[in-house]
Amino acid sequence: MELRSHEPTGPIEERWAKHKEASKLVAPANRRKHNIIVVGSGLAGGAASASLGEMGYNVKCFCYQDSPRRAHSIAAQGGINAAKNYQNDGDSVYRLFYDTVKGGDFRSRESNVYRLAELSLHIIDQAVAQGVPFAREYGGLLANRSFGGAQVSRTFYARGQTGQQLLLGAYQALSRQIDAGTVEMFARHEMLELIVHDGRARGIVTRCLNTGKVTPHIADMVVLCTGGYSNVFYLSTNAKGCNCTATWRAHRKGAAFANPCYTQIHPTCIPQAGSYQSKLTLMSESLRNDGRVWVPRKKEDVTKQPRDIPEADRFYYLEERYPAFGNLVPRDVASRNALYVTNDGLGVGPAVNGERRGVYLDFADAIGRLGEQTIRERYGNLFEMYERITGDNPYETPMRIYPATHYTMGGLWVDYNLEATIPGLFVGGEANFSDHGSNRLGASALMQGLADGYFVLPFTVGNYLGHIRTLPPLSEDHPDVQAAIQAVDDRVRKLMNAPDPKHAPEHFHRQLGKVIWEKCGMSRNAEALEEALEKIPELREQFWREVKITGSGKDLNQTLERAGRVADFFELGELMCIDALNRKESCGGHFREEYQEKGEALRDDTNFSYVAAWEWTGNPAEPRLHKEPLTFEYVKPTKRSYK
Amino acid sequence: MTDELINLTLHVWRQRGPNGPGSFETHHAKDITTHMSFLEMLDVVNEDLIEKGEEPIAFDYDCREGICGTCGMVVNGVAHGPQKLTTVCQLHMRQFEDGQEIWLEPWRAQGFPIVKDLVVDRSGFDRIIQAGGYISIRTGSASEANEMPIAKDVADRAMDAAACIGCGACVAACPNASASLFTAAKISHLSLMPQGQVERADRARKMVAQMDAEGFGACTNHGECEAVCPKGVSLEWIARMNRELVRAMVKSKTPA
Ligand SMILES: Cc1cc2nc3c(=O)[nH]c(=O)nc-3n(C[C@H](O)[C@H](O)[C@H](O)COP(=O)(O)OP(=O)(O)OC[C@H]3O[C@@H](n4cnc5c(N)ncnc54)[C@H](O)[C@@H]3O)c2cc1C
Ligand code: FES
Repeated sequence: MELRSHEPTGPIEERWAKHKEASKLVAPANRRKHNIIVVGSGLAGGAASASLGEMGYNVKCFCYQDSPRRAHSIAAQGGINAAKNYQNDGDSVYRLFYDTVKGGDFRSRESNVYRLAELSLHIIDQAVAQGVPFAREYGGLLANRSFGGAQVSRTFYARGQTGQQLLLGAYQALSRQIDAGTVEMFARHEMLELIVHDGRARGIVTRCLNTGKVTPHIADMVVLCTGGYSNVFYLSTNAKGCNCTATWRAHRKGAAFANPCYTQIHPTCIPQAGSYQSKLTLMSESLRNDGRVWVPRKKEDVTKQPRDIPEADRFYYLEERYPAFGNLVPRDVASRNALYVTNDGLGVGPAVNGERRGVYLDFADAIGRLGEQTIRERYGNLFEMYERITGDNPYETPMRIYPATHYTMGGLWVDYNLEATIPGLFVGGEANFSDHGSNRLGASALMQGLADGYFVLPFTVGNYLGHIRTLPPLSEDHPDVQAAIQAVDDRVRKLMNAPDPKHAPEHFHRQLGKVIWEKCGMSRNAEALEEALEKIPELREQFWREVKITGSGKDLNQTLERAGRVADFFELGELMCIDALNRKESCGGHFREEYQEKGEALRDDTNFSYVAAWEWTGNPAEPRLHKEPLTFEYVKPTKRSYK
Repeated sequence: MTDELINLTLHVWRQRGPNGPGSFETHHAKDITTHMSFLEMLDVVNEDLIEKGEEPIAFDYDCREGICGTCGMVVNGVAHGPQKLTTVCQLHMRQFEDGQEIWLEPWRAQGFPIVKDLVVDRSGFDRIIQAGGYISIRTGSASEANEMPIAKDVADRAMDAAACIGCGACVAACPNASASLFTAAKISHLSLMPQGQVERADRARKMVAQMDAEGFGACTNHGECEAVCPKGVSLEWIARMNRELVRAMVKSKTPA
């Protein structure tokens, strides 16, 4: 396997234009002769399907939900970045590029990041033209806010529902193409296998979730936009159905998986309330603008009512440890510190499995200073959501928060064209590894999903098809296709007929999640990772022996769906730990306790300035590492410091 | 955050498939903490059923934070259950009392055939959008976003209408199983925005025709839809949709 990034060279601001000029095109009359499969209907997949359909290609789009409108992009609250400089505060494409490379802690590809910043301008134009009701100023122009500690106001938003509105824009464009007959939509269809023929991605095998029917779909190429893998942690802010199955099946067929250990933990989520908890809910980061984070100084106070703890006995740990940034330190720093204080036995809230994992986010000062009305205007809907879930009123008692996994920077390795290491397999959105390095800045995932879907893939897909022109037809009877179908059938049968069926898949998923969260979560070390690498294969074996699925494989069987996803998470989880163990440095979301300087992450640019791309070898314990070296011509690597 | 354990009796609609007969089945949910969400309570019941070798209750969900619109069931006769402005995935057990009996049914409507148990087929909603619920703008041909200022109150009102999550509670609550609130919300969102003017008349006509073709009933102003909508989508949009239709008819009669 060879990793060639196909990055253009020359001045960075000319690279994408130059690349486009040098690319091949497909004439309009020839486009309908090409069949393209897009798996995923979120921002990336929805936008790509709509755009490719509109260009005249024959597109089949797949999603596991009952409607493409329900992809998890719908849940993004905060906003989307674009370097429009509407606020006249000195923003530019270059500055957004610079912030993103630096924010990613110098572990991303400069050319990709620059292109992303460049395309951000067009995304907003496109979304506005589709009718996305972005927030506006009284003069009628688009409103912006500053997000995640950025020094400029470049975030566009639609109330607290930015992801929903952007997704509905893409969904409506997709619906128009479905009506026009250029896109055929397959909702409630899960991709369970990739078909590779003659060294190229040529199709997928799906299972219809309503009927259990297994079907091959053959095409000229396959685009995966299947989202992130945060659910490997079991508890995350992702939707319950989010999974790594599509990317993992492709990985097993030869697509390298890059930087799996780069995951992002969001500091402000509602803590777990009990062992039955099924998911975690994110509270917007903006809350840290006015809320003060603290825990009791004394262990004996953790069960007291917060109001009964005097000021002197409160530990405002972020303010004390990071006087310059205080409660507004970056996500990873805030998260890690919550871990440390709760490790010290200072966590608050109900004990779950014997541990109290929660810290206070207190608005009393802000309410005193600004009045309850102002706080209500700023955060009213968030306070309501908090009360609905916890039963506590945050105007009267501090909120309790704790970090949760929220985004995965790792994903399938892709080159500048978003093509994976299998020719003809393209990957967009959160499913690829491309633009965020080891840490993603707030409001930049929506931007990347839409940049990939509307502007990059439609172009690079055309280039691929222009090069291959026509492929020999592939029949469903071909052994390569039949083998893929057989693999799906066998797996379903194996899952449904475990030798000693005892427990539902969640039973195993929860245990896997706990191991990954504790050993490969916010803070990692070699010893813990090695323990995880012993534990995961044991649990996996137990899973295959004892997983219990009732009902049949021939109709809607949600237990079977979940079991298949858990099986893949077991293998990916192992790779995450291997990657985390290999990366003997701390960078972005990957914090190795052995590599720090006075509590600050210590990067090792001499030895680790590379993308770790792992090849499947057939044995999950022994993947093969390939390195893509990273060079920085524009943004010189510096140390992050928030003291 | 005080914690309490309660026991409940559930009467759940079970139906094997779209054409299969259905009936209520009784289950007991024991030692349920009041901090659980309603769907987590059902998870507990289901894990129990699986361990006992029985088939779990099929119900739909994904985000579990009230935004994707996947979840939905009728709880004691009310779509999404007793708490106002709340999807069933955001409903928590503190809304229930120890010993309470709970009846669970799927959305019932001609336009929403049952897939299994509490899961229904809502693809009719997608087809209503496909009929015209969009603004035709080719990727890459949009002009500079700030060239067209849009008054803040117009954008805010469009956002109110656009907040619909497409869950289908409005249809389930309506005595006529009408999809008017859903359809009107999208027609209103797009007809309010200046970008949506060109296709305005055609859009209203086509979307309403599709709604009828899907077998959804007519609106006779019961207002049950607004009462159960988890996002507070307002009835006023239905009045607006009717005006849009009249406007479209007048337009189609005027020679070009
Ligand atoms: C709670 C939350 C808040 C967020 N807030 C922000 C924010 O404010 N700003 C920001 O920039 N980012 C935010 N993010 C991140 C951002 O929302 C996501 O990274 C982004 O939307 C992912 O888009 P996507 O198109 O790659 O994937 P998704 O939207 O997850 O779509 C995945 C698609 O793939 C399909 N799929 C998956 N597996 C299969 C399979 N095996 N077979 C068939 N189909 C499959 C799904 O059905 C779905 O259609 C947030 C994320 C979360 C979880
Ligand atoms: S599961 Fe998404 S709205 Fe309830």
